Amino acid sequence: MNGYAGKILRIDLTSGKTATEPLRPELARDYLGGRGFAAKTLFEEVPKGVEPFSAENIVVIAAGPLSGLFLPGSGKVTFATKSPATGGYGDSNMGGHFAPEIKYAGYDMIVIKGQATEPVVIVIDDDKVSLVSAAKYWGKGALESEAMLKHDLGEEFQIATIGPAGENLVKFACVSHDFGRQSGRTGVAAVLGWKRVKAIAVRGSQTVPVADPQGVLRKGEEMYKICFSKPGFKEWTPEGTAGVTDWVNEVGAFPTKNFETTYFEHHGNINGRALRERILVTDKGCFGCPIPCGKYSRVSFGSKPTHVEGPEYETIALLGGNCLLDSIEKVAYANYVCDELGLDTISGGNVAAFALECFEKGILTEKQVGRKVSFGDLDSVVYLLEKIARREGVGDLLAEGVKTASEKLGGGSQRFAIQVKGLEWSGYESRYSPSMMLSYMTCDVGAHHNRSWAITHDVAVGRESLEGKADKVIELQHIRPLFDALGICRLQWVEIGFELNHYEEIFPLVTGLNYSWQDLLQISERIWNLTRAFWVREVPGFGRTMEYPPARFMEDPIPTGPAKGKYLPKETLDILLDDYYAKRGWDKNGIPTPEKLKELGLAFAICAVSAAHQG
Amino acid sequence: MKLAARHERCSGCRVCQLVCAMHNFLENNPGKSRLKISGEFPVPGRYHVAVCDQCGACAAVCPTGAIVEDDGIAQVVEKDCIGCLACVEACPSGVMMVHPSREAPFKCNNCGKCIELCPREALYDEEKA
Repeated sequence: MNGYAGKILRIDLTSGKTATEPLRPELARDYLGGRGFAAKTLFEEVPKGVEPFSAENIVVIAAGPLSGLFLPGSGKVTFATKSPATGGYGDSNMGGHFAPEIKYAGYDMIVIKGQATEPVVIVIDDDKVSLVSAAKYWGKGALESEAMLKHDLGEEFQIATIGPAGENLVKFACVSHDFGRQSGRTGVAAVLGWKRVKAIAVRGSQTVPVADPQGVLRKGEEMYKICFSKPGFKEWTPEGTAGVTDWVNEVGAFPTKNFETTYFEHHGNINGRALRERILVTDKGCFGCPIPCGKYSRVSFGSKPTHVEGPEYETIALLGGNCLLDSIEKVAYANYVCDELGLDTISGGNVAAFALECFEKGILTEKQVGRKVSFGDLDSVVYLLEKIARREGVGDLLAEGVKTASEKLGGGSQRFAIQVKGLEWSGYESRYSPSMMLSYMTCDVGAHHNRSWAITHDVAVGRESLEGKADKVIELQHIRPLFDALGICRLQWVEIGFELNHYEEIFPLVTGLNYSWQDLLQISERIWNLTRAFWVREVPGFGRTMEYPPARFMEDPIPTGPAKGKYLPKETLDILLDDYYAKRGWDKNGIPTPEKLKELGLAFAICAVSAAHQG
Repeated sequence: MKLAARHERCSGCRVCQLVCAMHNFLENNPGKSRLKISGEFPVPGRYHVAVCDQCGACAAVCPTGAIVEDDGIAQVVEKDCIGCLACVEACPSGVMMVHPSREAPFKCNNCGKCIELCPREALYDEEKA
């Protein structure tokens, strides 16, 4: 099958057996790859109601039909599982070089189930797949164990690891790769930790077939050269994602002090310029990327210099603004601590800030925490992160994430547990951005921005109006995740204005399938509805009530900064949800209707949602 | 033309390897490219690009004369290669390449595509610089 390696690798950790099977053409035809494969495989193969930490839950690692090919940004892979953070559909996309290597090894998807009796490293060397003891790596940091594995297996291996946080089942543990790319969200690494998988190492030598090699050569060259010609080509790279820090502050959307406010007065000291001028070592690109946002940095705290990839914008927002760390050096160090421990910096920064606010308000005491902690203090943040990763003391509670922690702590902490569906909020505070708020509320993994980065739309068309906002969110929720199904990066389009039509043009040259852009978007809508059906099936009582943000965003006006006084009351959010559900073809509780599922070729999912309709 | 690298400009994206294999073999497979990128991470955090400068060391050691120089470019004549890999050992830059699907080693032919497609001008023609 052109564009595909052609095989699925299955690993049963309980029996220690591995097997390959041919990729079914209809799976490729209807779900493309990446997150499409993940959504379909989770829906089909995870039995209803299983615990995320169980042998029956699976971890899916899927590349897309464009991964590993000669075209810009072809290095993206999806990690997915039934999320321990949310209990629903969970996936997280990662750059680097992992997706291409999986395909060169001959696979489009790896499906891992069961649980190993002892920690293992899954070593995939083309057709040779083995489970190797991870005894010497278990307990080691995510970066440290990658370095050890590179040394032991060979530099050519592409390696994904988990850190102590994943081993200790922290609900927001991340998968780490290439010394700084992460599959950060939804706790996939905790499921790998439960399964006792310390790392997955892949090396491949094979060619990925394409329908028209000459055509791909011609079009791929053209795509790169068009990227080179964009004005943003030279402007974007120097600061990468960190470059957006000032703008987010200027529009009053920067997470500051556990999202209490939305403007951080020290943002100029933690922005992309500070990164570039003070701590940058080298730009570090993902596979096939002409505009590397990866910034490899060095800071010194304590006895020796610390190296870290980043900080990316999200890390700057959640560890910087949200914990009030006021220098890029401090943010970079906290970033390093998270990376080595294997903690998602988004949830990690969010949970640390939540704990700091609880401490400030007396909801957590010095005795419970083990010391005094305060916003703006790097030692406090690092202390909390280490406690969390090792589940020591208060860290054991915080390792569950802010939703569960706030439910257990009480004391009014739920109103500032900043999450949706159990996933902590990423870097765009949305009290003055209705379409961004709706994006977070309806995102299919919890409060994450990447399905619909609609804040720019709000700023462009007016932030007071609700008109057309649901339409824009739906449009973006189909375009942006489509990249995750194709196995490529969307930032060439988002950041330097590379046109979408080029993907439509190269797709048939790669696959031989004459899909129009509209056909591809319909597949993306199919995937979106299938992940929704998964939530409905797996989470009792799923529906509208689970989409609201915390009370802070619905009741408290933003106290300072450019968005001072703004908030979005629940009634406003209901107007947005009504509009959104209607346009999606879902019922008033946000459950996909049988008609909509049928229209999208998802008739098999109707019975999974029918109980919710009746209820 | 003389292919050369500014290592400090490399971001490790491997576009050079992708276009090399596509242009010369029509294959999506950086394992079949004729240059190498290695990263030194986590410390100190830098890339190194190994390229062929057509020094001719490979041709000099070939026992069957299967590597011939034409206009300053050394090329493998596959039918004359006996697969002894003396050239691979002799290459000072480690860019006489082998791949499990090919019987004979292969090397850079100075096509210049990597220079054209490198997004960061990390590869360049030393004679024009």
